[in-house]
Amino acid sequence: MNGAPRTRLLVVGNGMAGARTVEEILKRGAEKFDVTMIGDEPYGNYNRIMLSHVLAGESGVDDEDLLLNPMSWYRENGVTLFAGDRAIALDRFAKSVRCESGRIVDYDVLIIATGSNTFFPNMDGLREPDGRLARGVFGFRTIADTNGMLQMAASQDDLRAVVIGGGLLGLEAAYGLRTQGLDVDVVHSPGHLMNQQLDERGGRLLRNKIESLGVGVHTSKRTTSVLRDESGRVAGVGFNDDTSLPADMIVVTAGIRPSVEFARGGGLVIERGIVVDDQLRCEDEGSIYAVGECCQHRGEVYGLVAPLWEQAVVLAEHLSGANPSAAYHGSRLTTKLKVAGVDVAAMGVKGPEREDDEFVQFYEPRSGTYKSVVVRDGKLIGATLLGDISKANFLTQAFDEKVPLPDERISMLFDMGTPTAATGAAELADDVQVCNCNGVTKGAIVACVHAGAKSMGDVTAATRAGKGCGSCKGLVADILACAAGGALEADPAADWYVPSIPLSKPALIDVIRERGLRSVSQVFTELATDGSEDVPSKMPLASLLRTIWGPDWVDERGALFINDRVHANIQRDGTFSVVPQMKGGVTTPGQLRKIADVADKYNVPLVKVTGGQRIDLLGIKKEDLPKVWGDLDMPSGFAYGKSMRTVKTCVGSDFCRFGLGDSTALGIALEDRFQGLETPAKLKLAVAGCPRNCSEALCKDFGVVSVGEDKWEIYVGGAAGAHIRKGDLLATVVGAGEVLRVAGIFIQHYRESAQWLERTYAWVPRIGLEVLQRTLIEDAEGIVEGLEQRMQTSVDGYRDPWQDRVEQKSPAQFTPSLPLLPLPQVPVR
Amino acid sequence: MSIPAGAIPVSAIPVGSIDDLTPGEGRAYVVDGKQVAVFLLADGTVRAMDAVCPHKGGPLADGQIDGSVVMCPLHQYTFSLDTGACPSGIDSVRTYPAAVVDGKVTIQV
Repeated sequence: MNGAPRTRLLVVGNGMAGARTVEEILKRGAEKFDVTMIGDEPYGNYNRIMLSHVLAGESGVDDEDLLLNPMSWYRENGVTLFAGDRAIALDRFAKSVRCESGRIVDYDVLIIATGSNTFFPNMDGLREPDGRLARGVFGFRTIADTNGMLQMAASQDDLRAVVIGGGLLGLEAAYGLRTQGLDVDVVHSPGHLMNQQLDERGGRLLRNKIESLGVGVHTSKRTTSVLRDESGRVAGVGFNDDTSLPADMIVVTAGIRPSVEFARGGGLVIERGIVVDDQLRCEDEGSIYAVGECCQHRGEVYGLVAPLWEQAVVLAEHLSGANPSAAYHGSRLTTKLKVAGVDVAAMGVKGPEREDDEFVQFYEPRSGTYKSVVVRDGKLIGATLLGDISKANFLTQAFDEKVPLPDERISMLFDMGTPTAATGAAELADDVQVCNCNGVTKGAIVACVHAGAKSMGDVTAATRAGKGCGSCKGLVADILACAAGGALEADPAADWYVPSIPLSKPALIDVIRERGLRSVSQVFTELATDGSEDVPSKMPLASLLRTIWGPDWVDERGALFINDRVHANIQRDGTFSVVPQMKGGVTTPGQLRKIADVADKYNVPLVKVTGGQRIDLLGIKKEDLPKVWGDLDMPSGFAYGKSMRTVKTCVGSDFCRFGLGDSTALGIALEDRFQGLETPAKLKLAVAGCPRNCSEALCKDFGVVSVGEDKWEIYVGGAAGAHIRKGDLLATVVGAGEVLRVAGIFIQHYRESAQWLERTYAWVPRIGLEVLQRTLIEDAEGIVEGLEQRMQTSVDGYRDPWQDRVEQKSPAQFTPSLPLLPLPQVPVR
Repeated sequence: MSIPAGAIPVSAIPVGSIDDLTPGEGRAYVVDGKQVAVFLLADGTVRAMDAVCPHKGGPLADGQIDGSVVMCPLHQYTFSLDTGACPSGIDSVRTYPAAVVDGKVTIQV
């Protein structure tokens, strides 16, 4: 500390531009600033590019890949973040900003990074009388938009969606919704798809690809109205030619508009965006800057991520004083991406504009390949690649005038005895940006390899390259290969079950069985690379040994996570939660009395009904656990383990007037059979007595739905947590006994082949529904009998862990871990 | 860290019997007004450190260990058993010299 007062830096907007700018500023002079950020979304900063993957079910909103700056980042960097609040008024003279919550924040320097909003064209019926969007109408820009679409997609079958706008975002939305099982049409008012990047030919080719995915494409059609049915629900869209399409869901991706209301209210100069100079300074202002999609620089407003990184660096250089004369001169746009599964790269102009422009074109509809380049005065001024983008890196460099053009222009489109992709990577200039999502240059990757990185995993961990949309992974791998020379290691660890043992899960199971390894320490000694223990490997190994050996594994206390040592779930304050078994969610007055007595006796601070139809006693001290179990005298509900959790049921045919099958009895039978089984990740089951699905069986790891006449539909791989996925119909079977049998082989197969912590919603699509049906239902590989036997052994080995109260496993099993200072308590309700 | 009895500084405080510890399972003690987590390693040596995780106050004695680190059970931050340093960059924890003398675990705080 040199005593100099810190500059109060306020950033309005917590998106990719705002957060990146702060990162760049902190890198150059964290000690000079007190940073405050205001963001209207209730999260840290996330990667919007990834939302396409989330919608397509390829990753979840809870994936760490999605978050660029988690909440901990702000804390660790001393940045004050007001998330979920909106800046509404700017007072340039008092130098303060007022928020929706009434909060007033003063600043010395203000950066506006409000990004942009979805543009909703004027259409009849788009909005409710109060101005809100009609139910079923979505933009595609935020986590909330994406979750809204996923929830609607999961809520009912046979949904029809119309996507208005056939640009990049629209096609991503259509692809994602198609993957979620919706009928999708794309409506685009220009004459061909992605008209901003592609010429007509390229657009036509892309159209073929999109149509082959089962998506309807309608070009030269302008949407004029949202149609409603008698009850006011969205029913379709109407066009300027008086035709219409039916729709339950409407996604509007007809462009974005810079979000400038806040800046305009403060009296800043606005044209299309907030007008800024080469230092990103707002007009007539000494201390207000704007960065990202909300700003307009030299007449340009950008909507891609690369320019935003360049702006962030210039602004940080300028504000931190690292280079006060840093200047932004605009960005040349090159796009390389995968849209709806098709590779696209585009830069500069789409076609010849002058008489003497050279234009080289290749078009092959059969393979779906289109390539073109435009050359003027010996310089590349435009290129388009579709389907095969292997020349994109070369063309990017040529476009940036970093390499001369070959005389034989056609060799810009094909490798004709010219360098291969790998040498292409070698020839890339160091300052070429490779990962656009995270702004990583080739130089940064090479430096990381020189610092010791040997695999893709190492590079990604150190630079985040490849952690955004993933489209650059091939190039990163090429650069890695070149830079490492012969020292390259492919990332073999990707298939290993645990990081310290170089074996895939099936191979590891074989070796463990063959050598009869029954304790985790034995496994480390015999199989770990250096023979020593490794903390992150312990829990997965303990789970695997229990899966293989059942009760005959050698229980080593140190191998178990605390939850598995004390059979309860550790809470934020170090106390535990106790959930007794309540099969199928069915209880009795006697049980409820016991639970109430225990809650009184131990002053349980919170008694809560769980999402899995059980009762949770929270805030139990570790030393009280055996006494609580004894007083309850009920078996463990396994609410703490990576194991079979609950079977949620509806009332079923005994009482419900709609019930077709006895869901309660089947639920209890399932829980009876599979109670306490360890699984790679938690496993949730449900049984519904009719397709009304009150027990939510369609979004469980294993869900069963009665369809009458003792027939049951079995759905697998569903989820409704942070990630939402409707289960896939594995089979329709007759009789409760057959449900139990199929459940057994499905769960055992999952136990033996899924990666550690891989939920069924990831495992089922990874293996493929058809493969599972062939393997488990048709028994095409003859493994079913073995699965059934091993499952039976596990079932026979079940023992209620709460009997540990009789004989403790170790002297310290139930000793308190923080005896003196009370930790922050969870508030008592 | 089996050290001959004579080499133990006078300030080393016995906290309990080595038989109260199980390899890999931590146990917390109050030593001279401080909460200390004590671990018995697979090689028979012991380690001691502050019992409270600097991140969110998690009970480190409930964490899992290997030969070099302890992992907090709440958010999986790890701390070196020898130096208390956290490779993820949050604050480190204090470690204390610990030894086994005549079947007793002693800590020097």
